[in-house]
Amino acid sequence: MPEIRVTPLGAGQDVGRSCILVSIGGKNVMLDCGMHMGFNDDRRFPDFSYITRNGRLTDFLDCVIISHFHLDHCGALPYFSEMVGYDGPIYMTHPTQAICPILLEDYRKIAVDKKGEANFFTSQMIKDCMKKVVAVHLHQTVQVDDELEIKAYYAGHVLGAAMFQIKVGSESVVYTGDYNMTPDRHLGAAWIDKCRPNLLITESTYATTIRDSKRCRERDFLKKVHETVERGGKVLIPVFALGRAQELCILLETFWERVNLKAPIYFSTGLTEKANHYYKLFITWTNQKIRKTFVQRNMFEFKHIKAFDRAFADNPGPMVVFATPGMLHAGQSLQIFRKWAGNEKNMVIMPGYCVQGTVGHKILSGQRKLEMEGRQVLEVKMQVEYMSFSAHADAKGIMQLVGQAEPESVLLVHGEAKKMEFLKQKIEQEFRLLPSAKKPRLLHGTLIMKDSSFQLVSSEQALKELGLAEHQLRFTCRVHLHDSRKEQETAARVYSHLKSVLKDHCVQHLPDGSVTVESILIQAAAHSEDPGTKVLLVSWTYQDEELGSYLTSLLKKGLPQAPS
Amino acid sequence: MKLYCLSGHPTLPCNVLKFKSTTIMLDCGLDMTSTLNFLPLPLVQSPRLSNLPGWSLKDGNAFLDKELKECSGHVFVDSVPEFCLPETELIDLSTVDVILISNYHCMMALPYITEHTGFTGTVYATEPTVQIGRLLMEELVNFIERVPKAQSASLWKNKDIQRLLPSPLKDAVEVSTWRRCYTMQEVNSALSKIQLVGYSQKIELFGAVQVTPLSSGYALGSSNWIIQSHYEKVSYVSGSSLLTTHPQPMDQASLKNSDVLVLTGLTQIPTANPDGMVGEFCSNLALTVRNGGNVLVPCYPSGVIYDLLECLYQYIDSAGLSNIPFYFISPVANSSLEFSQIFAEWLCHNKQTKVYLPEPPFPHAELIQTNKLRHYPSIHGDFSNDFRQPCVVFTGHPSLRFGDVVHFMELWGKSSLNTVIFTEPDFSYLEALAPYQPLAMKCIYCPIDTRLNFIQVSKLLKEVQPLHVVCPEQYTQPPPAQSHRMDLMIDCQPPAMSYRRAEVLALPFKRLFEKIEIMPEDIPDCKVLKPLLSGSIPVEQFVQTLEKHGFSDVKVEDTAKGHIVLLQEAETLIQIEEDSTHIICDNDEMLRVRLRDLVLKFLQKF
Repeated sequence: MPEIRVTPLGAGQDVGRSCILVSIGGKNVMLDCGMHMGFNDDRRFPDFSYITRNGRLTDFLDCVIISHFHLDHCGALPYFSEMVGYDGPIYMTHPTQAICPILLEDYRKIAVDKKGEANFFTSQMIKDCMKKVVAVHLHQTVQVDDELEIKAYYAGHVLGAAMFQIKVGSESVVYTGDYNMTPDRHLGAAWIDKCRPNLLITESTYATTIRDSKRCRERDFLKKVHETVERGGKVLIPVFALGRAQELCILLETFWERVNLKAPIYFSTGLTEKANHYYKLFITWTNQKIRKTFVQRNMFEFKHIKAFDRAFADNPGPMVVFATPGMLHAGQSLQIFRKWAGNEKNMVIMPGYCVQGTVGHKILSGQRKLEMEGRQVLEVKMQVEYMSFSAHADAKGIMQLVGQAEPESVLLVHGEAKKMEFLKQKIEQEFRLLPSAKKPRLLHGTLIMKDSSFQLVSSEQALKELGLAEHQLRFTCRVHLHDSRKEQETAARVYSHLKSVLKDHCVQHLPDGSVTVESILIQAAAHSEDPGTKVLLVSWTYQDEELGSYLTSLLKKGLPQAPS
Repeated sequence: MKLYCLSGHPTLPCNVLKFKSTTIMLDCGLDMTSTLNFLPLPLVQSPRLSNLPGWSLKDGNAFLDKELKECSGHVFVDSVPEFCLPETELIDLSTVDVILISNYHCMMALPYITEHTGFTGTVYATEPTVQIGRLLMEELVNFIERVPKAQSASLWKNKDIQRLLPSPLKDAVEVSTWRRCYTMQEVNSALSKIQLVGYSQKIELFGAVQVTPLSSGYALGSSNWIIQSHYEKVSYVSGSSLLTTHPQPMDQASLKNSDVLVLTGLTQIPTANPDGMVGEFCSNLALTVRNGGNVLVPCYPSGVIYDLLECLYQYIDSAGLSNIPFYFISPVANSSLEFSQIFAEWLCHNKQTKVYLPEPPFPHAELIQTNKLRHYPSIHGDFSNDFRQPCVVFTGHPSLRFGDVVHFMELWGKSSLNTVIFTEPDFSYLEALAPYQPLAMKCIYCPIDTRLNFIQVSKLLKEVQPLHVVCPEQYTQPPPAQSHRMDLMIDCQPPAMSYRRAEVLALPFKRLFEKIEIMPEDIPDCKVLKPLLSGSIPVEQFVQTLEKHGFSDVKVEDTAKGHIVLLQEAETLIQIEEDSTHIICDNDEMLRVRLRDLVLKFLQKF
């Protein structure tokens, strides 16, 4: 049985700071290197001392793989490579390589410039870290070294997200990262072939949810936005700059056009325009429809959505604002939230999962009085809505992926323990009969070539088909024993000795006095000259050679003293 | 293992490889040089072309004058242009399992193969190859369909008549198999059979063979292919480049240790240096425009044009050409310019870095933004309003037989101020110009072919060391026009095997090993791990062998059924009969094993 060891350094039974160590066929691979949004102390990064207490990261790890650009999957990368120290290869897809450094820089700015943290990674470190990145194509088989190969599959979720197969010899692991099994307005669905890995490590963010149809959710979302805008309220939608933001922008853009609404839509500054540029340049990573029509109309050139300026937040009248970050834990979205929270006409729509400890998580769990910095208490009067637009697979999607890949075993990560328990049972129920993997085993037969066809048959069959007679090769060895008793008694002693030693074999004492072990014949005869010696004739065919040869060596050692 | 050669064109190959139990078509090139025998299709009624005199035989017989027209001493077929297809009779094409495409120029015959031969397999190609290939096909179909021609000539193809015609019509090959262009419907259907692949992706074919595309450095998404089993490896090199232009560099290392390397698609102009040609292109262009003339660049809508636009981007300001309009006219001009910007992953490192910024990888985005470059689907519509002279026009088709280029040839041909600059190497420029003679406009020939030249090839072959090289026959001798240039041919050891159209080559390697996997349920009941034996022991030889191995006292006794061989000192007795051998000896394992092995020498194992 191959030994595959998995050690989550983060996101084992929780969401945030994804970092999973996999040891397979003597190779060590680190999957993702994320940060946790809910913490500002040591706990925000994975605990790399698990590795470093035994030596350097570069010596231990054969490679690092980043599944996508979300910070909970790549946020610790510069810390890991430049501050803890790792010089090996880091693999990710092209879009991830393009976008990752921008999000890291953004994250660094918030941490250092806004919160004034010291001892954080620097811009230069981000650059140096990205120099260690090797970009991979989808489905490209990347040979990390002579034995270790990795391959990326499309994962949906966000632009450039990938699932990775890690393979050493005949053993393999698939790590899904975050993925989405239903195509949406701008991305396609995750897909993997029937690669039958020994282990599938899958995220399980929505382990218990079977989400209602996407159309319903979209209609609900548009209705709520529309109603709020109609009554003159302001809508805040906290998002990550890349990902759901583009999805919701496309949704609102088309709706605004259809219903002919005039209220302004803003997208918080900085990343926005850049972000949309990335979508335009990496359009091959989006869904079929967008790819097909991009020459006529690029879906990421928005007519109704304009860049946001801080001053706009105080403008009277309705508006919709997309602001980063998505969990209301810092930055512009939190600022706007504080401004608008007191007015019950306004609405905040949380379109994704919020990690514990963030403002987003607090208001979603019903908290209406928030303690802010400086002991201020913020009363939340605005409406709080949650709409799951996260592009994660739901329970059905996870089951679907398991069905596609046909793994021997499944490991759930990136989710909550209780929900995982539920999904675990479901998977066990549905996939009880996982096919056993191919294992090499030895067989003996003859390959017959006739015309241009091949046939593998047993040796007997081969002889028969070729019209050949079998040539029997037989050996008879004489084993001398010191035994002055009669031949029959010697035979009986041989029988009882062999019977007790060879428990797995069929040992028989025949009426004619001979002993057989399977098809090996043993006869006792008198010695022609020495009456104190008996001769054992051990006889076997070539096909039983091993057993025959073993028996002679066994008998040569003599028989145990018979109880007198 | 066999190679069926369906195309004689060295840069537009179409070969079928039979390897193990698979039938693999390597590329699907369409030889369009046949169209040079036809009259151009004018977009606008051309009195000159329609008034060309009919051609008559020497004896004055003019029964062909409807089909054949004469222009400045050359004879042309007045009909819808036709293409020379790959051989379809040499092998039953419905048995082809897969088609591997190496670049977008080498897939133009695809609809003929996939739609009309009973083909039921899969086509593999990279995404840029498919997208740009589609644009090339779309342009071709559009060029031909938008000028419907009532006339379809076929009389001249009659074998008895064809041999009476003047060259080159007389020597045209396989004219009976020439076909008209396919339709858009056929294109769509053909393209729907393509499965997209990425570089270094391993694709299993029926568990028998594994194929892998590798970057070839020639065009966006262009690939060479590795076709391998567990013990054999065939490399298919087609259209590769070592120059740094826009595509990802060529992957050479993966071609190592090939048993056979099929080499096609080398440069068609081995004596021209692409960089020098680009320089000449720019200076001629500037010279013409400064003198108030127009420049016409017949070109394909994708490929070298990206590099030319990039050169011009750097050149126009310094050459004082900023006010000269550049027009790019093709039904797929817009698509081609847009598509070029979205294949970041298939571009060279420099261009990839730009995308990460994020900026468009090609500077023609800026040329368009600043209105220096404008693109139009055709000369009709917006173009006629915007058209200003002097100007530079990029348009197709490089054969000068159809497309908007025909219009500009007619329009500008009479003035010596204008220049036509040939950059595409696929057509002989003199033949392309023949139906426009006499011409006053200047003609400059700056062919830009970035594919491997013979120096690069010999370096490559030294590096990757294939056991055998297979190539089109054109590469095994110097070009006919430069027969003294012994350096313009492939030089390797052992000499390359050459092929020509309609030939079948038996490739020179024997398969010695095979690895198979058997499902547990298919395993026959044969648990015995020792083989069964068959045959009989010739006593005399056996005794000799014993003696050779140091048994000096061998005695043989005859028995009723055979013989008994006695080894006295060793107290050993060997009974030999027709179908059995019995070795009776003391319990001396060494001796027994020695005797066993000597006996086994004479027997067959099963």
